Amino acid sequence: MSVLFLVLPLAVVFSGLAALAFLWAARHGQFDDLATPALRVLRDAATGQQRTPRGAGTGVFRKPEG
Amino acid sequence: MARALPNAESATDHCAHCGAELSSEVLDDSGRRFCCAGCRTVYAAIHAAGLEAFYADREISAVRARPARPSGRRFAEFDDPALATRFDVHPDGSCSIELSLEGVHCAACVWLVESLPRVVAGVQESRLDFGRATASVRWDPARASLGRIATALDSLGYTPHVPGQASQGVHGDRTLLMRLGVAGAIAGNVMLMALALYSGASSGVDGDYAAFFRWSSLALSLPSVLYCAAVFYRGAWASLRTRVASMDLPIAIGITAGFVSGAVNTVRGRGEIYFDTITVLIFLLLVGRWLGQRQQRRAATAADFALAVAPAMARVVDGEGIAERRAESVPRGALVEVRAGERVPVDGRVEQGESSIDVRWLTGESEPVEVRSGDRVYAGTENVGGTFRVRAEQAGRDTRVGQLLRAMERARLERAPITRVADRLAVYFVPVVLAFAAITLAVWWRADPTLAVEHAVALLVVTCPCALGMATPLSVSVALARAARRGILVKGGDVLEALAKPAHFVFDKSGTLTTGRPELLEWQGSEELARAVSAAEAGCDHPLARAFQRAFPATDAAEAQAIERFAGGGVRATVHGRQLVVGTATLLEQSGVSVDLEQRARVDALARGGATPVLVAEDCRVAGLAAFGDPLRPEVAECLADLVLLGNSASVLSGDHPRVVERVCGTLPVLELRGGVSPEQKLEDVKALRVRGQSVVMVGDGVNDAAAMSAATVGFAVHGGAEASLLAASVFATKPGVLPVLEAVRGARKTLAAIRRGLGFSLAYNALGIGLAMSGVLSPLWAAVMMPLSSLTVLSVALRSGAFSMSQRRRAPEEPS
Repeated sequence: MSVLFLVLPLAVVFSGLAALAFLWAARHGQFDDLATPALRVLRDAATGQQRTPRGAGTGVFRKPEG
Repeated sequence: MARALPNAESATDHCAHCGAELSSEVLDDSGRRFCCAGCRTVYAAIHAAGLEAFYADREISAVRARPARPSGRRFAEFDDPALATRFDVHPDGSCSIELSLEGVHCAACVWLVESLPRVVAGVQESRLDFGRATASVRWDPARASLGRIATALDSLGYTPHVPGQASQGVHGDRTLLMRLGVAGAIAGNVMLMALALYSGASSGVDGDYAAFFRWSSLALSLPSVLYCAAVFYRGAWASLRTRVASMDLPIAIGITAGFVSGAVNTVRGRGEIYFDTITVLIFLLLVGRWLGQRQQRRAATAADFALAVAPAMARVVDGEGIAERRAESVPRGALVEVRAGERVPVDGRVEQGESSIDVRWLTGESEPVEVRSGDRVYAGTENVGGTFRVRAEQAGRDTRVGQLLRAMERARLERAPITRVADRLAVYFVPVVLAFAAITLAVWWRADPTLAVEHAVALLVVTCPCALGMATPLSVSVALARAARRGILVKGGDVLEALAKPAHFVFDKSGTLTTGRPELLEWQGSEELARAVSAAEAGCDHPLARAFQRAFPATDAAEAQAIERFAGGGVRATVHGRQLVVGTATLLEQSGVSVDLEQRARVDALARGGATPVLVAEDCRVAGLAAFGDPLRPEVAECLADLVLLGNSASVLSGDHPRVVERVCGTLPVLELRGGVSPEQKLEDVKALRVRGQSVVMVGDGVNDAAAMSAATVGFAVHGGAEASLLAASVFATKPGVLPVLEAVRGARKTLAAIRRGLGFSLAYNALGIGLAMSGVLSPLWAAVMMPLSSLTVLSVALRSGAFSMSQRRRAPEEPS
């Protein structure tokens, strides 16, 4: 049972990583608009166009940090 | 153009752009049919930009279909240097800003708005947030200006507005979401450890392991209590300082008491810990808080339009030429030209020319007013006749519409906050809980001081108003989301609660109870003559002429020859070789037609009844008589009756002539029916009603109602209203008519009932918790089970409220019975 002393901190570290990933996503606006991407992807497929620039909608319209 | 029409079947009787059913039509060069010139312009702009693919998969829904109206403004104010301070400047020199757009309604809109870089050179990116109808546009200031971008968006049918305040909402949302995520991760892990401890408590656990779990829980809870729950401490502190009761105070007390006693017990190595309950509590409370904040922000941006009632630019006659100036800087005494179809930019007196003016938005009069030299005209009214010139007297903020808007703004700031059910509860909650905790402490103190503290802490933790705090935001966000799907946008939960209580409804007439445009009420004469009149009136934009054409669509407009037009929609023309004169008795007599006494009597009778009579003469003989009026919408009478049945009262305050109001609304179940009420008087009336302590709901659509709407408890703007009324309103509908008002009231009642049920359930849980804690049998396990259970109860109550769900009546025919 003493393996718990190792496993428990390990579990906490893993969930900490998950929390960090969530923080990153929230800070970069991934959850700001949950409706439009679903509609956007429809249009892209319909016209077969490569429109959205790389990383668009993530950091582009963020206010400059400060 | 090789491309087929958007939808071959619907192209026959639907607008080629917006898909609305055609009641009158406008053709373009290739014979496509549109419902209005606005849609035709947008269609042309979309094709010119090579964006026809828009039509391939745009959705036409009955609720959302609405004619596109490029406002045709010049958006000079978007290039104002003052606005440039609101731009976000990026390292590469480009600027970005968020613009609120009108008319966003389907997936194809996303694509069209995001294709902006292909329409305007220099725009680097355009991203649409569909839910908020907000576009983030980024452009290179060296190659494009915001004015150009705005004009382009407008020409595509999305009139842009600069939101009133810089949007901080997104950032506030993000920090709360981050707290929420961290709280969730911590709650999950602490619960797992608690599970080990609880099962250990029954089957026995080694002291080392127990201590390890307790210390780990403490360490994990620390960020949750210190970082995630900080919002509650701030709220509690504010509530203490301002002496306004809020639910944050008992929350903060519960969290602090539970955590401190848990930490002390961890260090001591014995006694109960509540870390699992506290962390789950923080998580659930943050969920409620986040839901509330999200719905608040959506409502705020949806209505945050700039005021653009009067046009931004004016044509000032300068010697021989005409110079365009900003409307607010037109000096007193300048001569301003107003062309057909434009809005008057200044207050002043007509100097040259005569015309008809549509003053509905300003005063509520349904019939256009004829103006000639010397008559006063007001900024913001629409010129539906010919070109005329005005000697400016006031401009900008000093105009009547400017003053009205300021009155509206003042009233909006003075509007007393609506007391919410949960707030009223909060007043009693804290003292009661603290009293019970004190009693517990006192009673158990004599037995065992340590035990007394334990039990008091247990009581504070278990009564921490978790479900209580979630009942309102959950029910409200469910209701608001459902209402929005049904075309009713509500600015907040407090508005819903106010709508649910019996109130006095004040209705505007023109545009609210009626369609706001004249219709042909009665036609005395042959159908053949009516078709001939339609042919003569074809192409005339006067509202009466258009109403006639709607009733009798012209079969062959080309038949009319030698057309002569007069002010007020009068016309003289030759159709099928016969001479027609359409107009007032005076016009007929000027044209050599004799109007006998009996005919005059009929005309006078119609006019006394509040209708607008128009005579038709064929070959110098009176052959037809048309009566125009602005009739009630069909559903109004039933709606008002239902509202009264629900315990409300109603009255009609209209700017229209008392006679017209009496004729149109005479049969409605209302307490009071008043016509000729100026916008300023409406404001005073609403204020007077509120002083008497009555809850007032003002339903209207125009600038003339805007001030009264802001002064009312709830301002309700019906579809198609002026922007000012959207700003003043706390509720607005995207469906025409007053049916949404009834729907909103019914939905609000169900929502309030759900809130009350939720509060009732959570209070019952709290009462049970108090009882258990005082009798000393409340263990942390009890608290850990009861709290999520109460939250789940509240959640299911909110989801099952039935507010704004599809009405049973409409579903009934589909179900076999």
